[in-house]
Amino acid sequence: MKKRLRVAALLLLVAAVGFWLATGANRGWTKNSVPQRTLDEVTGIEGITYEKHFAPGVDFLGAAGLGAGFLAGLSFLFRNPSNKP
Amino acid sequence: MKTKLHVLLALAGVTTALAAPQTFDFKDPKGVNNATFKLDAPLEAINGSASGISGAVVFDPDNPAATHGKIVVASESLTVPNAMQRQHMQGAQWLDVAKFPEITFESKELKNVKTSGDTTTADIIGTFTLKGVPKEITVPVKFTYLKDKLGQRVPNQKGDLMVIRAGFSIKRGDFGVNQGQMEDKVSDTIELTLSIAGASPK
Repeated sequence: MKKRLRVAALLLLVAAVGFWLATGANRGWTKNSVPQRTLDEVTGIEGITYEKHFAPGVDFLGAAGLGAGFLAGLSFLFRNPSNKP
Repeated sequence: MKTKLHVLLALAGVTTALAAPQTFDFKDPKGVNNATFKLDAPLEAINGSASGISGAVVFDPDNPAATHGKIVVASESLTVPNAMQRQHMQGAQWLDVAKFPEITFESKELKNVKTSGDTTTADIIGTFTLKGVPKEITVPVKFTYLKDKLGQRVPNQKGDLMVIRAGFSIKRGDFGVNQGQMEDKVSDTIELTLSIAGASPK
């Protein structure tokens, strides 16, 4: 059980970092939408609309790290298997 | 003599008609009008925008110094890319949009008016109201008068356009927006820009 928890912690961390890297390695806050700008040629004004797009940020990594830490910490509640004959 | 008088009166009438102030409506059917805001914060600055803009400005191309009007931004239209931040921003602790649905600026007078072609720059002194708190501020503004351009934006409609651009900053504490709180996490200074176009149909 101890080993399983630690493996789970490691997998969680690796998956979170991998997902963060794959989605653009956003070093700011997590975003649920991104601004899109379109130029109005008559007035020269750039209109702003928002497109739904999940971009995990540093807070996402922090949450994954906390989760992995929790699982790893939980593993210490379990004793090592006994080697007594 | 009578003919000369009639001609003079007619000319006066035409001149008066040409100099008449126009009212520009800033409710934009194309949804392009926007205001942006930026606050410094650790990790990343908070950048957002608002699109719920309305209001009216009276502008006389022959007397730009007499320009006056009011611009209204619907508080609920303020948004940021992070949904949780947006929820907090609109909540009671910050903008309290349920209780204060509008952010407004109403002009009082113009100073340092300079006109070059169809562009006028000026400092507008007016009342900025945020979260129900009014405060007199001075905003540098650029007006661009686009005569007969409404038809290019709205088919089959004749009229003029007025583009207003402004950039200024305020302190959220001056308006009771979480005054004195969390200044290490969210800057007290808010940088604002306004890019809006109004229409005056003929």
